[in-house]
Amino acid sequence: MTTAQDASGPTGFRLSQLIYDTRYRSITIQIVVLFLVMAGVGWLVDNVIRNLNDLGKDFNYSFLWQRSGYDIGNALIPYNNDMTHGRAMLVGLINTLWVSFLGCITATFLGVIIGVLRLSKNWLVGRLMTIYVEVFRNIPVLLWILVAIALLTEAAPSPNQYRVNAQTGEAGASMVLESVAFTNRYTAIPSIHFDRTLGSLDTALAPISLDFLAIVIVLLGSYFVNKMLVNRANRVQEATGVRPPTLWKSLAIWLIPVVVLLFALGVNPEEPQLKGFNFTGGTNVSNAFVALWAGLSLYTAAFIAEIVRAGILAVSKGQTEAAFALGLRPSRTMRLVILPQALRVIIPPLISQFLNLTKNSSLAIAVGYLDLRGTLGGITLNQTGRELEAITLMMLIYLVISLLISGGMNIFNNRVKLKER
Amino acid sequence: MSDTEAHSVAYVRDTMMPQQPAPAGETGAIRWLRENLFSGWLNTVLTLLGIFAIYLFVSHFYGWFLHGVWEANSIKECRQIIAERWGPDASGACWAVIRERWHQFIFGFYPPELYWRPILAFALLFVAIGPLMFQFVPKKVAWFTPIYPFLAVWLLWGGSVWGPVLVLTGFVLGGVVFMAVARFGSIMAFSVGAIVTILYFLFAVGPLISLFHAMIPVGLESVASSKFGGFLLAITLGVGGIAMSLPAGVVLALGRQSDMLLIKTFSVIFIEFIRGVPLITLLFVASLLLNYFLPPGTNFDIILRVMILVTMFAAAYIAEVIRGGLAALPRGQYEAADALGLDYWKAQRLIILPQALKISIPGIVSTFIGMFKDTTLVVFVGLFDPLKGIPDFIRADFNWKGIYWEPFVFVGAIFFILNFAMSRYSMHLENRLQREHR
Repeated sequence: MTTAQDASGPTGFRLSQLIYDTRYRSITIQIVVLFLVMAGVGWLVDNVIRNLNDLGKDFNYSFLWQRSGYDIGNALIPYNNDMTHGRAMLVGLINTLWVSFLGCITATFLGVIIGVLRLSKNWLVGRLMTIYVEVFRNIPVLLWILVAIALLTEAAPSPNQYRVNAQTGEAGASMVLESVAFTNRYTAIPSIHFDRTLGSLDTALAPISLDFLAIVIVLLGSYFVNKMLVNRANRVQEATGVRPPTLWKSLAIWLIPVVVLLFALGVNPEEPQLKGFNFTGGTNVSNAFVALWAGLSLYTAAFIAEIVRAGILAVSKGQTEAAFALGLRPSRTMRLVILPQALRVIIPPLISQFLNLTKNSSLAIAVGYLDLRGTLGGITLNQTGRELEAITLMMLIYLVISLLISGGMNIFNNRVKLKER
Repeated sequence: MSDTEAHSVAYVRDTMMPQQPAPAGETGAIRWLRENLFSGWLNTVLTLLGIFAIYLFVSHFYGWFLHGVWEANSIKECRQIIAERWGPDASGACWAVIRERWHQFIFGFYPPELYWRPILAFALLFVAIGPLMFQFVPKKVAWFTPIYPFLAVWLLWGGSVWGPVLVLTGFVLGGVVFMAVARFGSIMAFSVGAIVTILYFLFAVGPLISLFHAMIPVGLESVASSKFGGFLLAITLGVGGIAMSLPAGVVLALGRQSDMLLIKTFSVIFIEFIRGVPLITLLFVASLLLNYFLPPGTNFDIILRVMILVTMFAAAYIAEVIRGGLAALPRGQYEAADALGLDYWKAQRLIILPQALKISIPGIVSTFIGMFKDTTLVVFVGLFDPLKGIPDFIRADFNWKGIYWEPFVFVGAIFFILNFAMSRYSMHLENRLQREHR
């Protein structure tokens, strides 16, 4: 017995065991890979240093604090060309997030409608939606963005054509719903005006409108009061089996405070008016933004429609029947049985579509909308000649956005995951 | 009982009534219409809305398509012809631009007398992928598949025949060495084979090419990368990227599923980094930064640079798709492979990957479609893609200034046909590989 142990004793270690013995082999492989990767990275870094030396450049981000010297047409926070490149980058980042945010909302809205309609028993509508999905999915998003910008700049009327001709009493073009004017230079939309405004709070980043802040606070308050109401209803139902009616109370809690506040602030929409050669009064949104938003929304909506359809089909018919057999009404069946199961299938791919939309928003380059890539990775890069710094920083920012979104998705997934044994 | 009943009933019909035809509303087209289009007020509204949408679409574009002009030399001429034929207010498509410039949409600025080369390469592509894609192609054709990439590169870019031949020789050499050392174990064989191949590429291939070319100068006329454009560029990038990203994606997916912590970490970092940034930033890396990362003085082809980055991009996405396939495989398959005593690579090759790849087919194909669509982004690093690069170039010509919709329709239609065909093929493949519920 003792002699048999000798072969694998501490003295019996042979070098070949590093390769042939599965206990050591994985360590060998990992060490080799580590060395290879480190050598590769070292080679790249060494090349970068030598190249920078040859070009007489250094690697620093001080340009972010220098004067930018260029204007940004659609800045959401105060900005002028005397501010720094860093500020311009921030403006670009906010533009990226803004168009992505709006795009996600419209794409989800359209996508849910199209996905549900595609499942409808109506033959014609089902076919039309199938055509929509196939056409938009199979053609590059760049084409849709270019089509949208071409429609706006080539086919839309000039602001002048909205003028009513004094003799004939007719205008060359008319506004959509009397409030939105598509022109070949910008899109004029109404803005919100407060007659009795609370003013705004100046911060280093951007002025915060106290009116909007007040509305948000009131809505948050309504949310919590409503939650208390629902919780109490749940407790009563569990204790007595009878659920006190909550619908009217909920509606009142949501609507009355905010309506009172809006009335107190004297809110009214300010419609764009043609003055001279231009629209004033409302907000003039740049066509680049509208085209990018429309292109991204229409394209992503096709993918979201498919996700929604797959999610609804994934819930088997037996679930509905079982819920009906338990005596649940259709609305509660939908809310308590179907949606929780369908959403579990829908949400993860939906969020990855949001991620795709955010990344695709860098196609702003095609229409000249100054997003993060247009400012930091575009004009700033060209003016300062710091490709390495600008592009690495830009990639890092995009990476952080993506990781935040996918991190949020993972948290959500863990929360709704089926708890299995 | 029956007797009493028969007597108590006053009248009993003793023959069947003749069959009546179904009510008119319950048969044929009317029933179909009622069931599928007007089965309730909501459906009726939807149907009417759908008809209205179709009417809007047709009434807007019907004239435009119908009044299309094919024979003209400039957009001005087009408009004149349309105004003469259909009245001053008529709108019409000016397809003449497609007739005059179709070759630029397809081939970019490739020399016209050499068009046979990309066409031949494209035709041979189907021979190369035939054995993988279609069952009716004899399996013997498969020997052509590994040769094809080198042949295609030579056909497209031209130059000395010895370049691709000797590069191919390098891989064959690596394979031969691998076979020779294989009896000492797979890891040993793989490392020795890889080292020999790398040494060959580093030191032998350059001198050998010039030597052979000096002795036997056989070659095709060279075509610079700047001449590539249109769908030739898109398909070259797409097919090249697809061919290279699939193996890379498999390796990355296996790396991410690996038990070895370091390999897993590196794979995760690579995949998440690539997936977290937009393709445009990677293309900018290809055009602006790659020169920083390579030894001073290195400057190589922009198409190759873009293709490397596109491959990395697609590989990360494919890795995630295949990881899904690997995760979906029942644990028992892995355990069965272990129980049979197969080593890691044999188990992967014979048991795990065939099943995992089969599950991943829809995802892989949609990644490919996405990548093919994304090849249009190369316009932003100065290449002539068919969607923006070529039309912008054509609009720069005074004759075609202001022509927008015809190129959009033409290029969009080609993209649609290619991508739609790919997605249908993936459905076909899914059905063919289906092994359950026979």
